[in-house]
Amino acid sequence: MNLLLIAWKNLLQRRLASALTALSIGLGVMLMVLVLVISGAVETAFTQRSIGYDLIVGPKGSDLQLVLSAVYRIQPPIENLPAMYLDELQADRRVVTAVPLAFGDVTQEGGFPIVGTTTEYFENDYLPGQKFEFGKGGSRIDQLFEAIIGADVARQNGWTLGSTFPILHGGAEGSLHDEEFTVVAVLAPTGTANDRTVFLNLESFYAIDGHEKPVDEIEKRLRDFYAADQDRLDQALAELDDYRQQLRNEEANGVAAVSPRAMQEVTAVLVKTRPETPFDAISLSAELQKGFQAMAVNPIRPIQRLMTNVIGNVQKALVVMTGLIILVSGVSIFVSIYNSMSDRRREIAVMRSLGAGRHHVFGIILAESALLCTGGAAMGWLTGHGVAVLASPWLIRRTGLLISPWTVSPWELTLFPALAVLGILVGFLPAMTAYRTNVADALNQ
Amino acid sequence: MSLILKQIRKSYRQPEGDRLPVLGIDHFELARGEQAALIGSSGGGKTTLLNIISGILVPDSGEVIVDGRNIVSMAEVVRDRYRASRIGIVFQTFNLLPAFTALENVLLGMTFSGRAVNRSFAVELLERVGLGHRLHHRPPRLSVGEQQRVAVARSLANRPVLLLADEPTANVDPANQSLILNLIRDTCKDHQVSLLMVTHSMEAATQFDRVDRLNEFNQPQLCTTGATS
Ligand SMILES: Nc1ncnc2c1ncn2[C@@H]1O[C@H](COP(=O)(O)OP(=O)(O)OP(=O)(O)O)[C@@H](O)[C@H]1O
Ligand SMILES: [Mg+2]
Repeated sequence: MNLLLIAWKNLLQRRLASALTALSIGLGVMLMVLVLVISGAVETAFTQRSIGYDLIVGPKGSDLQLVLSAVYRIQPPIENLPAMYLDELQADRRVVTAVPLAFGDVTQEGGFPIVGTTTEYFENDYLPGQKFEFGKGGSRIDQLFEAIIGADVARQNGWTLGSTFPILHGGAEGSLHDEEFTVVAVLAPTGTANDRTVFLNLESFYAIDGHEKPVDEIEKRLRDFYAADQDRLDQALAELDDYRQQLRNEEANGVAAVSPRAMQEVTAVLVKTRPETPFDAISLSAELQKGFQAMAVNPIRPIQRLMTNVIGNVQKALVVMTGLIILVSGVSIFVSIYNSMSDRRREIAVMRSLGAGRHHVFGIILAESALLCTGGAAMGWLTGHGVAVLASPWLIRRTGLLISPWTVSPWELTLFPALAVLGILVGFLPAMTAYRTNVADALNQ
Repeated sequence: MSLILKQIRKSYRQPEGDRLPVLGIDHFELARGEQAALIGSSGGGKTTLLNIISGILVPDSGEVIVDGRNIVSMAEVVRDRYRASRIGIVFQTFNLLPAFTALENVLLGMTFSGRAVNRSFAVELLERVGLGHRLHHRPPRLSVGEQQRVAVARSLANRPVLLLADEPTANVDPANQSLILNLIRDTCKDHQVSLLMVTHSMEAATQFDRVDRLNEFNQPQLCTTGATS
């Protein structure tokens, strides 16, 4: 029998106290593992370059909200931009690509965000150097009411090629739009928010009944937006007057009115500038900063700010807190073993009379506390990752956070040596008591 | 000789600060395979003497020669190991470790000697004391007499040259007393182990060929060359 086995039998002898102290260590470690897994996921989700574009253009407002809504799709949009402005951007010589996004709706089934866009979105990289791949179907949404869905949407809703679905308007208390959309392609998993997005042909967005805002509201907005650009405003107002005329005609004669560009809106525009002149992105962004109602945002910066200012600190605080929990559990191990020592003086003396040296009984007690610490930690580590596995589908659904439950963070690697050290520290004093036991006295008890 | 004591002096420090002499033994011998009962009154220093022979206590002065080597001059670690391999001990009560089964208690006796653990010999010993059917019982499930028999088996686990027994039958009923005593004596005879049993009762001593009275050869006196404990 070696010392470890003897220590193990001693722990079994006091199995309730042993189990409880190991459990408290285990719970602390489990919490720490969960904090690390989740914050690791938050970190990778938010620090990697989030999209394959240089700028996101949206209405003036919070840059963070623009990124969270346009890229991560976990915030409602700020407002809309006139579609005319998209045309302006596309005409700008500094702009290589400008892809429109219209969003704010979610699917009735599963509550997945809906994004109206063009086929161009799928032709560009979704992350730098990463091209979209299609699990099933084509790669275009050129026709009205065509939809491409992300891998998670397909899996969770059980949708596949040819599936049809209605959409729910975010603004109007859950009222369903009439039109049904048809899935024409399913994206291969990307590990980004695209996996749980339903992409629709942008034109069908405008075509949806009741989606169009009243002409007067649009006019008011255009007046705001183009307050500094009289030429464009005049052009837009002329289009609106013409449209009013058509609408009256539609009512009177049944001739369908065709909504002009001025009536159309987009929520955000993803912009790629020429790679050989990186200053273009900066100058465009600076220009918009001064200008009227739009802003251009670097997709990484607001998120980095959020990471370092808020999430990073919260994460550190949580790690420190779980560390303290583990420390307190360590103290409970100390109390448990130390309390048992007075009852065990005689046992220790008997072992000594069998020829055990001081170092043997010292080692046995130390092994007990190390076993409690590392055993509890091992259980906590496994349950922590197990809970992460079980919780990951839920977490993706609720937050879009893609966690990799078995990823071991560098902090975790230090966990086991740290706990072995903790075990040795808390076991040291009781082990010293065992070491110093006066055998003749203890045998006389 | 299995055991030779030379000029043993032992005193205890008293609360008042002076020293209480407990042992003063000029010479004592036990031949290989010899069995002796040592009778002494309560408080006469019997346990102190056994602790000195086993090396648990160090005398103020004198030599304890076990199997040819003086254990008093050994370093503690060496003495511990020597005890494990040469001396078996049976106490009056609470001999066994409650966390371990009967068999494990015997195996534990083999653990600290530095030799390989011999499981079949442990089983053989337990069978020899009539506990072949109780190998995997833990002490709380054994009667006091059975516990004492396990202790006897364990004390022989390392094939010692000397077995020390401190009133091994004081806590068992009369029927078991002679049974355990016979068991100790017979197994010692089988394995050529010298036996020194201390007791305060004449009754337990009568079976022994050699009966010594501690107070006849023990003249407690303070050591002149400076005391250690
Ligand atoms: N650690 C100690 N400190 C001080 N005095 C002690 C100590 N241990 C024993 N004594 C004293 O030494 C004397 C001998 O004690 P010991 O235990 O050797 O006697 P004993 O013969 O075994 O007695 P019993 O038959 O009652 O077991 C007693 O008077 C006791 O009070
Ligand atoms: Mg005694």
